[in-house]
Order: sequence, then structure tokens, then C-alpha cells
Amino acid sequence: MTFSPKLEEKFAALLTHYPEGRQRGALIPMLLYAQDEVGAITPELVEEVAKRCGVTPLQVDEVVGYYSMLHRKPLGKYHIQVCTNISCMLVGGEELFEHACKKLGIGHKQVTPDGLFSLEEVECMGACSWAPAIQIGYEFHHKVTPEKLDELIEALRKIQ
Amino acid sequence: MLYNEPSPLEVRVLTRRFGLPNSASIDTYLATDGYKALEKAFDMTPDEIIEEVKTSNLRGRGGAGFPTGMKWGFVPRNSPKPKYIVVNGDESEPGTCKDRVLIENDPHQLIEGVLIAALAVGASRGWIYIRGEYRYLIEIMDKAIAEAYARGYLGKNILGRGFDFDLYTHTGAGAYECGEESALLESLEGKRGVPRIRPPFPAVSGAFQCPTILNNVETFSAVPAIIRDGGAAFAALGTPKNGGTRLFCLSGHVNKPGVYELPMGFNLLRMINEVGGGVRGGRALKAVIPGGSSCPILKAEECDLPMDYDSLAKAKSMLGSGGVVVMDETTDMVKAALRIMKFYQHESCGWCIPCREGTTWLKKLLTRMDEGRGSSNDIDLIADLAKNMLGRTFCPLGDAAALPTISIVEKFREEFEAKLAASRGQSKFVVV
Ligand SMILES: Cc1cc2nc3c(=O)[nH]c(=O)nc-3n(C[C@H](O)[C@H](O)[C@H](O)COP(=O)(O)O)c2cc1C
Ligand code: SF4
Ligand code: FES
Repeated sequence: MTFSPKLEEKFAALLTHYPEGRQRGALIPMLLYAQDEVGAITPELVEEVAKRCGVTPLQVDEVVGYYSMLHRKPLGKYHIQVCTNISCMLVGGEELFEHACKKLGIGHKQVTPDGLFSLEEVECMGACSWAPAIQIGYEFHHKVTPEKLDELIEALRKIQ
Repeated sequence: MLYNEPSPLEVRVLTRRFGLPNSASIDTYLATDGYKALEKAFDMTPDEIIEEVKTSNLRGRGGAGFPTGMKWGFVPRNSPKPKYIVVNGDESEPGTCKDRVLIENDPHQLIEGVLIAALAVGASRGWIYIRGEYRYLIEIMDKAIAEAYARGYLGKNILGRGFDFDLYTHTGAGAYECGEESALLESLEGKRGVPRIRPPFPAVSGAFQCPTILNNVETFSAVPAIIRDGGAAFAALGTPKNGGTRLFCLSGHVNKPGVYELPMGFNLLRMINEVGGGVRGGRALKAVIPGGSSCPILKAEECDLPMDYDSLAKAKSMLGSGGVVVMDETTDMVKAALRIMKFYQHESCGWCIPCREGTTWLKKLLTRMDEGRGSSNDIDLIADLAKNMLGRTFCPLGDAAALPTISIVEKFREEFEAKLAASRGQSKFVVV
């Protein structure tokens, strides 16, 4: 299995970032960056990353199971994460999540039938002072109202 | 980018470059005294650097408030092993969003702080561990690191002084527990974020089993100012034993939520009313979580106090990570307790039974209480269960889950009773 030239370059550098013989250190960054390109942690990906980091596929599997951002099934093209933790909850985070469910017709960790959107209720994302906050992919949106969320979703539907 | 208006009451030390054009670039940094502290540190002995940090009364901004200079002093400098620096940028404590703005607006300040720490203990490598959700910050940091290499502030023979140091970013992938220092080190080594038994502490056996300085982003970011202007000047900004300023993250029911840099010891009520513009909608203040969701809650009448580690400890809470969550009179405290518990239950790594089972049962009990299915002894059961977790877990996450619960039940018991009264006769024995 190979990755894009850009990612291959990144991985080659990454393996030099850890002390000699401790290349396992690159495992989690490699998994996350590879997932971004491939779309999910597939069995082939596990094999490949295991080989590169000098560990067994089983050791990779247990790591994949632990971290909430690593997932074995593909998400929607646009992954919408709504924070409902305490600071967001106080200013409407839960209502925002419910609104997102209705708007997209899906629930927590589900994907729309066209594969365009997925939704996740997430824990604090480090935007508490600008709550309620969401992330679409890696992009932050602050002080999100239901109306603003609708606009964001409609805009993404247009570009697909 | 700044996400909220600054306040005129701020004292800008760590945030002094915020708002400057291209504040993250090395050119802006160099034009505003950047890397001057590093040059100064090169002319100091390691002991002098550590002394200066001790004089500053800087205490760790990650949560526990341990004196930073003392921590650095624990690293065995004559050990034959390489020494490492690890920056904790996992920032996942609910209510906390300050490390994010520090990296976004002034990444070189962090690099300089790390370099000074490296000089103090003779470290050769460092990693900045950044939570996976902060991908754009990793890009900002990587760019700053590349600039620092290109200008001779990282790499071989730094500033021609014969000192070598390499610095990298390392991404997390979604796990609150990886903010706990020993779990973070496991994660850095490519493993699940399950904590290590201590001792040995990271200073002696940290990253890759080598002596390691591990501090929070804000802690390292304070170091250049301390070396540049002197530890005594930094100390003088705060209160005794609580040096300097810190970034407070105001959130919840305030008119002007935001991240504000204020002197240690700033009065909490003043922070809410004058910096935060008061409680939203002119409502009455009900409660405040003073330092991230792990901290015991304060009732409104307990909030007239200076925000420093010792005053908060005296009030039986904690200054924690600087996340000040403000709640007005409309806040449903049972709901708040439940939401906080849901988080800890989700994030428990599952290693120890009191934490894994305790958080799970507390979540169930709080859920049925909130949904109006509670039974008459649930309130005491919740309090007992939480108290029985205290001190019986491998890492402080167990306490972090129990403490807010205990304080909410104790201080707002009448709200639990009201929910019960409204739901009398519901499911008596079965907890689902
Ligand atoms: C469950 C848990 C989560 C933590 N999360 C963080 C975090 O996100 N960031 C952080 O700097 N410290 C966090 N800490 C504290 C670290 O263990 C450690 O004390 C701190 O990073 C040391 O740096 P300091 O001395 O500069 O505060 C956490 C601790 C626990 C128990
Ligand atoms: S207290 Fe919780 S998070 Fe910490 S080691 Fe035990 S189970 Fe894991
Ligand atoms: S609580 Fe929602 S971003 Fe922190």
C-alpha cells in the first residue's frame, strides 16, 4: 500500500522524529494522517502502518480502538461535530445537536445515505469561550446558532 | 486571529503580541524582543536559569499548579541518558481554550520557552503534543518550527553556541486521558493512553524512559518573559507563591465570554462582572466552576475570592486549567452534574475499577434522577459512590470525576430533592 507522494514524504520525515529504535512513536500520527487520506482505518492500512512502525497489526488494532478520532468505517465527506459539553451546553449546545440531527435526518455517529454528511456529538473541543462550537472536519465554527448551522450545511450541499 | 475583544483590565505578558500583524511569524517575533531571552539564557548556567524560574513563582498551568522551577530541578542532569522536553498541548479539560490561542498567535514564544528549558537541563530533543482536533495548530506550529530551523534557532549549533536541539510536533487522536502526563508519554510512544505507575516521575523516567521536562503550553510560554525581564518582575505581577499572569477562559452565562490574561489573584467576581461584562440577561449568578470541569463548583456567595492556587485550595476547589464556567440562576444543576459525569465516563481509560465502574454507575444514577425516575436514596447513593472513588484510582481522573459531583450534590442538594419530589414512586430498584 502506498500513499500520495506528499504523505509519503511526511511519513519518511515522521519516522526520524523519534529516537533510534523507537519508531513506534510515529504510530498515532501516521494512523491519523493516513486516515485523512484513505477515509478510514482499513485492515490493509493497519498492516501497512504496523510494518512501517515495526509493530504487529494487533498492537495497531488496540491503538485504533482506544482513540476516538480513529475510525474503521468511512465518515461522511463532511463530518459535523457538535460539542455538548458543559460550556457549550449552557449556551445551547444540546439544542444545536438536536437541530443538526433533524436537519440531516441522522443521529450520533451516523452518515447520510448520500455519504455527504456524518454527525457526531463530541466532547469539549477547546472553543468554550466562543460556544456553542462545532467542527466540520478540522474546521472550527464559533457561536453557532441553528440558523448558522443551516447555512453552513446548505453551502456544503451546493459545493457537494 | 482573536476570537474575542481584549479587555482593558488585562495585563499582557504572554499575550503581548496578540493582534499584531502576522503575530505568528518569526519576523514579528524577532521585531518584538523575540529570542532575546534565549540569547540571555545562553550566558547563564543551568542552575541560574532554574533559579530564575524558581524566583518567578511560576506554577504549572496544566492543572495541578506544581512549581515549575522545582520540577525542572528534579531532572538528573548528570544522567548518561539523553534528556527530553515534552509540551502538553492536549488541552481537553472542559472549559479550557487558552493553549489554542497561545499556539495560534505566538508559536515562537512557546519554542523559545522550550529552548530555555532544554538549556536548563541539557536536553537534545523535544515534542509538542497537540490534540488531534487542533490540526490547524499543528500546521501553524510546524511552520514556526521550520522558520526557527531556517534562522538557526533550532537544529545544530544553535546561534553558534555549540548547542543542538530538535523539536517536533506530535498529534493526539482524541482522548482526554492523554492530557494526563504519563498517559501522554505512552501516547507519544505509540501506545494506548493508559497512565504509568509513579514513581518514577517523568523528570527521572519520562519520554522513551529518559529524563523529561513535561509542562503545559502556557507554562513554557511564560518562560521567555521570565528570563527576559527577570523572575522577580514576573513574581511581582501575582500574589505570594503565585507568580505572574495567567490566561483565564471565561465561558457560560457571561456577556463577554473570552480568553483574558489577568494577574494571578484577580478577584473572581470582578472577572465575571468587569472583564466578562456581567451575567447574561441581567440574571443572578448561581455558581462558577473556577478551573475546568474537574474542579469542585463554587456557589455564588463563595465567588468573592482571589483567583490563585492557594485561595482556591482554601475554598476547597482548584484553580486548575483556568477554565471559568459561569452559571446563572436558570441553570439546572442536576443536568450540569450529569453532563460533566457523562464526559468522565466516556473518557475513563478503564484501567481501574473505581473509576471505570464508578463513572458508569454515577452516569446511570444521574440520568435517572434527571429523567424523573430517581428513587429516594439516590442522592446519598450518588454522594457515597463518588466519595468512594476518591484516592482509589491510578491517576487523578477518578478524583476529577468525583469532586465536581460531590460538590454539586452537597451545595445544590435541594435541586436533587426537587427532582425527586416530582418523580416520586418511579423505578425503585432497577438502574438502567
Ligand atoms: C485526566 C487528566 C487530564 C489532564 N489534561 C491535561 C491537559 O489537557 N493539558 C495539560 O497541560 N495538563 C493536563 N493534565 C495535567 C498533566 O498531567 C500535567 O500535570 C501537566 O501537563 C504538567 O504541566 P504543568 O506543570 O506545566 O502544569 C491532566 C491531568 C489529568 C489527570
Ligand atoms: S483513574 Fe480512570 S482514567 Fe485514570 S487510570 Fe484509572 S481508569 Fe484510567
Ligand atoms: S465545552 Fe464545548 S468547546 Fe469546550
